This record gives sequence, structure tokens and C-alpha cells, in this order.
Amino acid sequence: MHDSLIFDIKRYAINDGPGIRVVIFFKGCNLHCAWCHNPESISAKVEKMYAPAKCIKCGTCIAACLEKAISMTHDGVVTNPDLCKVCRKCADVCPTKAIEMSGKAMNVSEVMDIIEKERIFFDQSGGGVTFSGGEPLIHSKMLIELLDECRKRKIHTAIDTAGNVNSDIILEAAKRTDLFLYDLKMMDSDLHKKWVNSSNKKILQNLKTISELGANIIIRIPLIGGVNDTVENVEATARFISELAGDKKEVNLLPYHNIAQNKYMKLGKSDDFAKLMEPDKSVIAQAIIKFNEYGIKATIGG
Amino acid sequence: MFEKIIPHTVTPERPATTEGNFYEPKQNKIGSGMNERIQKLRKLSVETQPSLSIERALHETTFYKENYGKYSIPVLRAMNFLDHCKKKAIYIGEGELIVGERGPKPKCVPTFPELTCHSVDDLNVLNTRELQRYTISQEDINLYEKEVIPYWQGKTQRERIFSHVPDEWRAAYEAGLFTEFMEQRAPGHTALDGKIYRKGMLDFKKEIAGNLAKLDYLNDLEATDKAEQWKAMDISCDAVIVFAERHAELAEKLAKDEKDPQRVKELKRIADVCRWVPVHAPQNLWEAIQMYWFVHLGTITELNGWDAMNPGHFDQHLTPFYGKEIAVGTLTREEAKELISCFWIKVNNHPAPPKVGVTARESGTYNDFTNINLGGVKSDGSDGTSEVSYIMLEVVEELHILQPGNSVHISAKTPDKFLHAAAHVIRQGHGFPSVFNPDIYILEMLRQGKSMQDAREGGCSGCIEVGAFGKEAYLLTGYLNVPKILEVTLNNGINPVTDKIVGIQTGDPRSFKSYEDLYNAFLRQLQYVVDQKMRVSNYIDRMFAKYAPAPFLSVVIEDCISKGRDYYDGGPRYNTSYIQCCGLGTVTDSLAAMKKHVFEEKIFSMDKVLNAVLKNFDGEELMRQTIINRTPFFGNDDEYADSIALKVYNDLVDTIDGKPNIKPGGKYHLNMLSTTCHVYFGKVMGATPNGRLAGKSISDGTSPSHGADTKGPSAVVKSLTKLDHTKSGGTLLNQRFLPSLMRNEEDIKKLGHLIRSYFTLGGHHIQFNIVDTATLLAAQACPEDYKDLLVRMAGYSDYFNDMNADLQQEVIERTENDSF
Repeated sequence: MHDSLIFDIKRYAINDGPGIRVVIFFKGCNLHCAWCHNPESISAKVEKMYAPAKCIKCGTCIAACLEKAISMTHDGVVTNPDLCKVCRKCADVCPTKAIEMSGKAMNVSEVMDIIEKERIFFDQSGGGVTFSGGEPLIHSKMLIELLDECRKRKIHTAIDTAGNVNSDIILEAAKRTDLFLYDLKMMDSDLHKKWVNSSNKKILQNLKTISELGANIIIRIPLIGGVNDTVENVEATARFISELAGDKKEVNLLPYHNIAQNKYMKLGKSDDFAKLMEPDKSVIAQAIIKFNEYGIKATIGG
Repeated sequence: MFEKIIPHTVTPERPATTEGNFYEPKQNKIGSGMNERIQKLRKLSVETQPSLSIERALHETTFYKENYGKYSIPVLRAMNFLDHCKKKAIYIGEGELIVGERGPKPKCVPTFPELTCHSVDDLNVLNTRELQRYTISQEDINLYEKEVIPYWQGKTQRERIFSHVPDEWRAAYEAGLFTEFMEQRAPGHTALDGKIYRKGMLDFKKEIAGNLAKLDYLNDLEATDKAEQWKAMDISCDAVIVFAERHAELAEKLAKDEKDPQRVKELKRIADVCRWVPVHAPQNLWEAIQMYWFVHLGTITELNGWDAMNPGHFDQHLTPFYGKEIAVGTLTREEAKELISCFWIKVNNHPAPPKVGVTARESGTYNDFTNINLGGVKSDGSDGTSEVSYIMLEVVEELHILQPGNSVHISAKTPDKFLHAAAHVIRQGHGFPSVFNPDIYILEMLRQGKSMQDAREGGCSGCIEVGAFGKEAYLLTGYLNVPKILEVTLNNGINPVTDKIVGIQTGDPRSFKSYEDLYNAFLRQLQYVVDQKMRVSNYIDRMFAKYAPAPFLSVVIEDCISKGRDYYDGGPRYNTSYIQCCGLGTVTDSLAAMKKHVFEEKIFSMDKVLNAVLKNFDGEELMRQTIINRTPFFGNDDEYADSIALKVYNDLVDTIDGKPNIKPGGKYHLNMLSTTCHVYFGKVMGATPNGRLAGKSISDGTSPSHGADTKGPSAVVKSLTKLDHTKSGGTLLNQRFLPSLMRNEEDIKKLGHLIRSYFTLGGHHIQFNIVDTATLLAAQACPEDYKDLLVRMAGYSDYFNDMNADLQQEVIERTENDSF
């Protein structure tokens, strides 16, 4: 049985597919979007997170650290990354949970136990489980096992993916999942490289491929002011989607909110939010009209 | 999934995302309502300051001076009621269609000196206090001091009760281990079934006369008592007939002076209606509503019963009249809605009579807890929703007034369409309606020994308590402070707040070898406290049967007439005494903290924890934070804590449930309800081992402790349903939702799914506060601008502005289920 790093599990999730869902967040991503809301999802390693506001400076973590990697400062504790072995001992003893470890190795059976706790809500609402991340498809071995297990137990599944993987992987997943929530960021490959740190070639190809297979797909577009909310990108995106095989695709627009700064601070990382803006309301309205012109149903959120 | 909703049943759409949801400051505009008449009546009702009327007290004092000792007590009570109905001021307001007020005008509340007589100080406090103020003139205060107070001194029910309680009870009561409802008001908490829509007062009088004629004075030991009861019931029927007739006369008089021909027509119709009901059974919708209203007023004028009166399944009772009239064309949907709106405003005109002393802190509200049941099942088990249910939901939505409370009853047979329409109203954030599960509460009643039909005709009244409507006296006797019982256990029978002995010695916890030792000590203390509570409750029950019978209430509650026994004396078919247990979350989390950190992981010694708790965790922040963050708490679908909650709950059931009260066949049951008493109970307590600081609220109902549930509403639902709700007479789950969780139709449907899930798993009740913190903080900072911000508290709704700072803080602190 495989295991993977999971950094969060959310119950009563109502915005990630049909019905009331559980969302399993895999840790690790092969893209690096400048606007990422879950910065702790990017690294595929366990990371230490520290919230100074919660810290009561009791020094319990310092005493617990075998590597002597932690020291007290005026603003709270500081961890020397060169000494820290990410052993979790500090997080285990921190009384306020100011220190927490992001990422926990879980196996299929552990994840399924949590999913099963929510079965009544799936039954009543037509919900299920959504595998998100990070990028769930880079954890394909574990993901495939989970999908098989869910199918066996008649639990609806969705994969929230950016699609930046080899086609054989997404094809295996497509055979087993009920729904894709497919992120589509921008059409221009150079811009994609600039903002997302990768070409969009595989992403577009995989979307075409699974569309031809007849997979259920909801396309999700994060709309970031000054990045991909331009008339050109919206038009190009709408055209691309309208040409996809199968039933008319549904599009969810996810307007950017600058809410993740606190998380970056916790990770001790800086962010490049300076250039990112929340998109203008009129721009969102225009985008919806544009999608409608191409016969695509577009809604905000989802 | 959900059926499409037919347009005329859709409640008006308002954006839920704006702060304060639907809320808009009124700026002297006429408030909401379906038309000008309703808007004006609503405005008058909302804006009128509650006041006190001494009229009833003066009538009663004069009557008692002249007549006490001349008649049996039941007959005396009935004659006193008749006398007041003959003399009291009659009010018919401009534009009113449904008529009748308990006092001389809207929002004017009489006093009941035979139960508890307000002192001059009380009246001054009521007249001047900021919250829940009741104005009264200096002239009336003087008159009260001169005429009323001297006569009742030493004769009130409250004085009778306190002069007889044992010292052990008094010690526990003063420590706040429990409260006693009946020291302030008469036992009430009742609702009606459908009999008053089939029978008028003449029919009841005929039954009574028949029974009197058949009375066997030679062989029936109780013959004389029964005769007196029946005479009293008969007189009380006359009282409400007189009361109605006087409205007919006033309407005719007003019609003579009225210029507007439309209003003349209405006044004449009012006169006709008041001559027909309550004398006869109603024939149409207008008469049916007026019939109920006269009966309602009769019961709350005769005596001051807890939770006023309640029409129960009002939609089901009105549906036959509505259907018949719509079919023949004598009524339109709009006219029906207008009459129902008039009724709604009438209930809002009746604030609860003010209390004195300790219970003023328990439940600070004008709300008198009439809780109209919508939907549910019929007595044959079929779906009870009808067009009238939807009309009532619209009225709730459009009027958004404090009273009457209302609830939707969602059985497996209830259409999703109704649940969805209700969820729309919930989303608007009025705090209404709350949501009940008939499939479970019918089982609760069957378990208590009710027949299937009686159980199905029952429902929930007051806050969440279950009862067989029209057939049961189900008296709430008082709240039990379960966390305080643990606190006393941890101090070996001493109340640490006062250092007085209030319980039994169950051993010094420092000597306990295991968690089981601790738990068993808690259990022994619990049994002792419950015994104290019950012995005095039983005694008070007898006092009411003897000194304050309610002959008119007895007329409308099944079997009182046939038995010839009063409502308070075992007359009803079923006789239940409830004890309301508070603080399951707090006690569970405290036990879990000690089990884990003291007995299992041994991080802290018992001595260290007890000392930290005694000094309110001063200097022990490390311990407190460890407990708060590293203890499995109730409400997270975690077996460790949930199994403790289940054990406590089952032991509460075993300690209370099934114990006999002193009425024939009557029993004690428990429900898990706190209203606002968890705030009062928190105030009488020091810190608790779950990290709660001294004086802070304990957890409410069966809800998790504030902030303890961190896994979202589905986990809360899972934790709650590990308890077998059918063993209770009601549980209470508060869930605060921010508007962001209910942005669109899909989200609202998902709220419906959450409710269905909870009920499928066996939940009794759930209620939602759809508000955001910013709104609440803004309302605190600038109360004038948020006058009609209704917040669902605990089994009822209240205006945020009418709450004291503690209650407001409590609302703000409740776990926010922010957007996921």
C-alpha cells in the first residue's frame, strides 16, 4: 500500500464539485503559480510552519529539539534550517500549535477511513471526495489506489488538477474518476512560463485528450488582474474550450483574492504579490459574456 | 434533486452577501409587510415600548379581598378570571382584523401578584433598566404600593415555595447547581392540538354539564373535588365568551363612528366573528385564527404560564379552512396571508411578563417562546405541509419580528421544496426558522409512552422540548448545571466560589487512582443534586395543583374534562416533568482533559490541575494552552471525546429518566436545553479543566464548547448523533453560519443536505445563525443602526441589541464556520 504526503483534509467542502465533499490535499506541485493560495502545497517535503501570533514564548520547543536548531528571539522562536531535521518534535510539544508541520504521510486505508466518516453527507447531497493539492496526479500511484477503492465503495470522485503530467498518467486517472476539475490558467505558452514556471503544452494536450475520451470536466480558471484577465487571453481560452470534444464544457471563474500572505509568512517565504491584483468586477462580467458568446456556461466560484 | 419552486411561494430575494444580510436601517420608513395595513400594524408593534399594566392586579386584589375563603380554590380562580374579563379594557386597533390584547393595549403586560408580587424596587428597576425595560408610571407604582403589595405580602406562590424548601436544596440552588422555573411563573410549556377548531365553548360546557349530571356522589371518593373542578371549568368558558362578546360590542360601536366604508365593513365582520367564536367552532379561516387567539389570550390571562401558549401545528389546523374557502372562492391567497400576518403581529404584541431576582439573569428576553410548528407529519403519518405552510414561511420572512418563534419540521416525507423554501428564509438571517426532525421526536414520545397518534399530533414547543400537543402537561422544572456538578466533585462537595458545602463528600480527587474513580465521584454527586432538585419540584407541583389551578387551560387540554382534574393535578392524558441539562460540551471536554493529561499521559498532576483551575489558570498559560490545543474535544467526530459525551449523556438519562413525579403515571424525563442559562451558569463557576476561564459561559444545549469544534459542521453532526436523541425530550444544536457559506442556490441546497444528513443520523433539532462577525461588532458599536438585527440564540431568537454584553460576546465567540 502506497502512502503520500497529505497537507490538509477538509470536511463539509461545498465549493469543490457537486454536493457536500471531503477534499484531500496532496502535498507537492510541479507548477509554481505566482498567485498560489496554498504555498505549503508546492514543496513535496514536510515543512515547518510557525505562527508568531500564537507563540507564548514558553520555550518548550527549544527544550524538545535534539538538534538545537531553535532559538528564542524578541519576536518569537527562530529555526535554523541547516540544523533542523524536520523531526516534528517541536510541533508535537508546542502547546499553542504555533509550530505545526505541514505534510503528513498517509496511506490509502488511513485516507479512506476519513472519507468514510462523511458517507452520510455524500448520500444525502450527491457529494463525494475531491483529490486536490498541490498536484494530485504527481502522486499517481496512491491516487489510482484511492480512486479504485472509492469506485469499489461507490463514492463519487473528482480530481482537481492542473493537468501538467504525462498523458499516460492522466489517462489512467480518467478511467477511474467521475469528474475532473481542470485548471486552465492561460493560453500563451510564454506567459504561462513566466507566471507558472512551466510551459502549458502538456496541459492543453491533456485537456483535449480527456475531452475526446468523454470525461466529465469542469474547467476552472483563476482570474488574476493584470495576468490573465486580458481580452486576448479570455478570448483565446473561450475559443480553445469551445473546440474541445464532447458536451459543452462548464467553466468556473475563480477571481483572485489576496488572502494567502499570512501563509507565506508562516512558511518564512516571501511572495511576489506586488504585481497581482484582484480582477475588476467589470472585467469578470465581460469574461462571462465572452464565454457565453462561445456557448460556454460560465459561473463565478465553484 | 430539489423540485423547482412555483413562483408565488418563493420568498423575496435579497443579497445574502451584503453585511448584515438582508438588513437595511429603517430611517423612519414604514417597515416590511405585504401591504400598508400590515406594515402599519408591524411598525406599531415593533416600535411600541413594552409597558406594565396594573389593571389585572387591581381587579384580582379587589376580587380576592371580597371573595377569598367563600369558594373552593378552582372556582375562586375561575370567578377571578371571569371578573377580570368582564372589567378589563378592550382594545381594537386601527386597521386590525384579528383582535384582542392581554393588557389594555399592545405590548402592555399585566402582572400576576398571586404568583410573585413585584416590589416597588422591582417596578422601579423595570421602569429604568436599559435592557428589557418595561415602563410604568409613578402613579401606577404608587397605586401598586398602596393597593396590591400589602394584600399579597405573605400570600404569593413564590413565598409559599421558599418558606418550605430544605437547607440542602437552598445551598445547591444558591450555588447555581440548578434553577427552579416555578418560583417565578406557573408551569406552562404547552401547545394545542386541533380540538378548538372542531369544538366551541358551548360544546365544552355541554360536556362539563353532562359529567356533572352523571357524578356519583355516593361512590366516587373524588366527587366533590371533581364537581368543583367542573364548575370552575364551566365558569372559565363563560369568561372567554364574555371577553369575545365585549370585542363584538366595541367593534359595532367603532363601526358607527367610522367614516371609511371599507373599515365599517371590516369592523362589522369583526363583530360577527367575535360573536361566533369562541362560542362555537369556527367555520372559516378568519374565525379559526380568531378562535385560537381568544383561547391563547384566555390561557395567558388566567395565569402566567411559562412559554405563553402555542397553536402547535397551526398550518395543519388552518389548512382545511383555507382549502374549503379557496375552493368556493370566499377567500383569496392574499386575504389569507393578510389574516395570518395580523395574527403574527398579535403574538409580537405580547412580551413575556417580567420576572424578578435570579432568573432575570437566566433568560433576559421579551420573547415568550411561542413556537409555531410548520410542516411535519399529520396524525396519519402523511406529509403535513400545505400551501398554508408556505404562506406562513413568507410571513416569517417578510415580517421578521421577534415573536412568534417558528420552526420547520422536516420528516423523511417532507418535500425538498419545503426544506429549500425554509433554507431560503434561514439564509436571510432572521434567526428563524429552527429545524426539527419529527421522525426522531415521534420516537422520543413513543418511548415516553405516548400513543402513535398522540405522538404524531405532538411536536416541539418553547425552545426544543417535545410534547403531545393538546394532551400533555410537560413542565420544565429547571436547568441543571452539569459542569458545576463536576466543579463541586473536584472540590469534594464544596462550592469553590463561596467555600460553602453544597454537595456530598465524594473524596479528595488527589487520592483518585484512575479516571474511573473521578467519573464515579462525579456520578454520585450528580445523583445527589438531581435528588435535591426533584424533591422540591414535586413539592412545587403540589402547590400549583392546590393554590393555582388553571381551569381554562384544563378545558382545552385533553382528558382534564373527562377526569375532572386540573391541568396541574394530573388532569392531562400525559404528565411529564423535564429537567434541562446544560453544558454537555464543557463537562465532556473537562473530563477528556483530565483523562488524557492527568491519568493517561500524566503531563500534569491532579494537584497541579486543581490548583490551576482554582486560581483561574493564572500563571498556568502553558497548561491552559496545552489543554485547549492538545485535548480531543467534543464536536470533532473524535471517538475519544465523543465516547465521554455519550457516557455522560447516558448517565444523565439513567439518573433522571423514568423517575416518577407525583402525578398518576407521570414521569421525569430530561432534555438538553439551555436557552440562555449557560451564560448564568458560567457566571457562578470558576475555571474548568477544559481551559474555560472563570465566569465564562458554559456550552449551550448539546452544542460543542465555543471554539472547540474545528472540523466543520459535518463533524459536529457526526459527534452529536453518537448520542441516542430518542432517550431525551429534545436536544439542541446551534450552528453559526456566515453568509459566505450560503452564497447561491447550490449552497442553500447543500445546507438542506446537511440538515437531511443530521436527521437521517437521528438528530432532533438544529438551528442556524447566519451572521458575520463584522455585522455583530458593528451592531455592538452602533446599536441604533441595527435595531432589527435578530440573532438566533438558543432555541429562540432575540434582538442583538436587547442582549446584555455577555450574551452579545457569546454570540460573537460561537464558532464561525467561515468559507471553506
